[in-house]
Amino acid sequence: MQIYLPIAEVSVNAFLLLGLGGLVGVLSGMFGVGGGFLMTPLLFFIGIPPAVAVATEANQIVASSFSGVLAHLRRKTVDLRMGTVLLIGGLVGAAVGVVIFNYLKSLGQVDLLVKLCYVVFLGIIGAMMFVESLRAIRNTRRGAPPKRKKHGWVHKLPFKMRFRTSGLYISAIPPLIVGVCVGILAAIMGVGGGFIMVPAMIYILGMPTKVVVGTSLFQIIFVTGFTTMLHATTNYTVDVALAVLLLVGGVIGAQIGARIGVKMKAEQLRILLALMVLAVCFKLALDLLIMPGELYSIGAGGGH
Amino acid sequence: MRRALSILALIAAPLMGQAEEVVLGLSSDKVAITANFDGSDILVFGAVKREAPIPKEDLDVIVAIQGPSLPMTVRRKERRLGIWVNTEAVEVDAAPSFYSVATTRPLDQVLSNVEDLRHEVSIARAIRSVGSAGQAKDVQAFTDAVIRIKKANNTYSLHEGAVALDEQTLFRTSIALPSNLTEGDYVTRIFLTREGQVVSEYKTTIDVRKVGLERWLYTLSREQPMWYGLMSLAIAIAAGWLASAAFQVLRRG
Repeated sequence: MQIYLPIAEVSVNAFLLLGLGGLVGVLSGMFGVGGGFLMTPLLFFIGIPPAVAVATEANQIVASSFSGVLAHLRRKTVDLRMGTVLLIGGLVGAAVGVVIFNYLKSLGQVDLLVKLCYVVFLGIIGAMMFVESLRAIRNTRRGAPPKRKKHGWVHKLPFKMRFRTSGLYISAIPPLIVGVCVGILAAIMGVGGGFIMVPAMIYILGMPTKVVVGTSLFQIIFVTGFTTMLHATTNYTVDVALAVLLLVGGVIGAQIGARIGVKMKAEQLRILLALMVLAVCFKLALDLLIMPGELYSIGAGGGH
Repeated sequence: MRRALSILALIAAPLMGQAEEVVLGLSSDKVAITANFDGSDILVFGAVKREAPIPKEDLDVIVAIQGPSLPMTVRRKERRLGIWVNTEAVEVDAAPSFYSVATTRPLDQVLSNVEDLRHEVSIARAIRSVGSAGQAKDVQAFTDAVIRIKKANNTYSLHEGAVALDEQTLFRTSIALPSNLTEGDYVTRIFLTREGQVVSEYKTTIDVRKVGLERWLYTLSREQPMWYGLMSLAIAIAAGWLASAAFQVLRRG
């Protein structure tokens, strides 16, 4: 069934969009990532103009994250307190990020920087997670007891807060800093930031993997909601027809994903996420290194 | 507008010393883009009206449909320090969003270069000259790239031999409008040629418009972007909640 999208001005197959939304929704519910990194290239591929794809997908992510958070809330795997602290940091970071982004744009080559950022960050994060979770799996196989959490520098800072759901009693400064950093990166790279947020919560803040997914989704709702409004009012690129088709699949997928996630072991969840991060990183690196089939590309007039 | 154009054509015809002119019919002069719009075929047909006997030379017909023009930026990638980056860019000030030409015989036999230059018929001529000089050394390479990319996604096309002509008088062709149409006036031009020279030209427009829900959403997004954005978010939140509630009912039931 073909549907004509009023803002994107293309006609696409409705079932294809439902399927795409569902697929990305499952990942979102499982790993606590928005899925924008996957959805954007897929939408480009079926012929949606890039500006519309990026803006509409933010709207779609609001829906699937909301659906996912409700599923996680019921299992009590959302740390609302931690989420709020991260969110405050995130909003500050996003504001700083927009300033940096505009500065880079005035220098030119912002696209390249974004891509390099992606490759470097995803590569490092993916590789670290992969090695760590592989080691954890090996240890449990051997029957060695999991190492006790170390008391590092994170625990020596002032302004301690109790995060009951995460079982943590740490300073509010590290989550705030993590939030700010992710916010900056999210604004520059144009993503929700779940990708960087999830590993940061596991490894820097030491939160249990199960709680991380729901908490990440919680803060993604606000970040992408804000992005949607920004795109709708400044670029007019949110296509509500496209969003509805994607989010119908997305919200259902997120419910299924959240259920799969609960049944899996924490290490398995982490290793899968690590593999996915590495795959995306690999694909982006290839784009930069291999000679493209078409050297020329057409963009909207006057755009960056 | 259309009447004015046809009057112009009527006035222009005798001025150019032409004894032949086009009487045109279109299967529809309006295309409505609805929610389930999936492209449309327009049948262009007509007859050649003449007072004098048919000249000895063969008559040819060219039909060209052109969508609204938009400015665009064309970028080229180059290898720098081992990675492929966008280096040069050229602003094309007017390239049609859609362009389709149908002819009775191969275009180079039907239309001379000089006439092509004057009437801007072939695809290469239809793209208005590329923007200000000094942006890139080889502007032509960028224009060629635009044509190559647009031909690959079927928005530019040349159909040689697609116009059927009977008894040097009746002609017809069908032009396929793709599903990714941009709104606007689609200018349709019909040329009658003999030995590469244009002997008559006729111009009309096909009106392509969004209607119904498509129209409403588009207008809302431009005129009330705030409400449009809030509506999008409300839909997203409602859908997220509904799915969650539905799954809970499923699990219990």
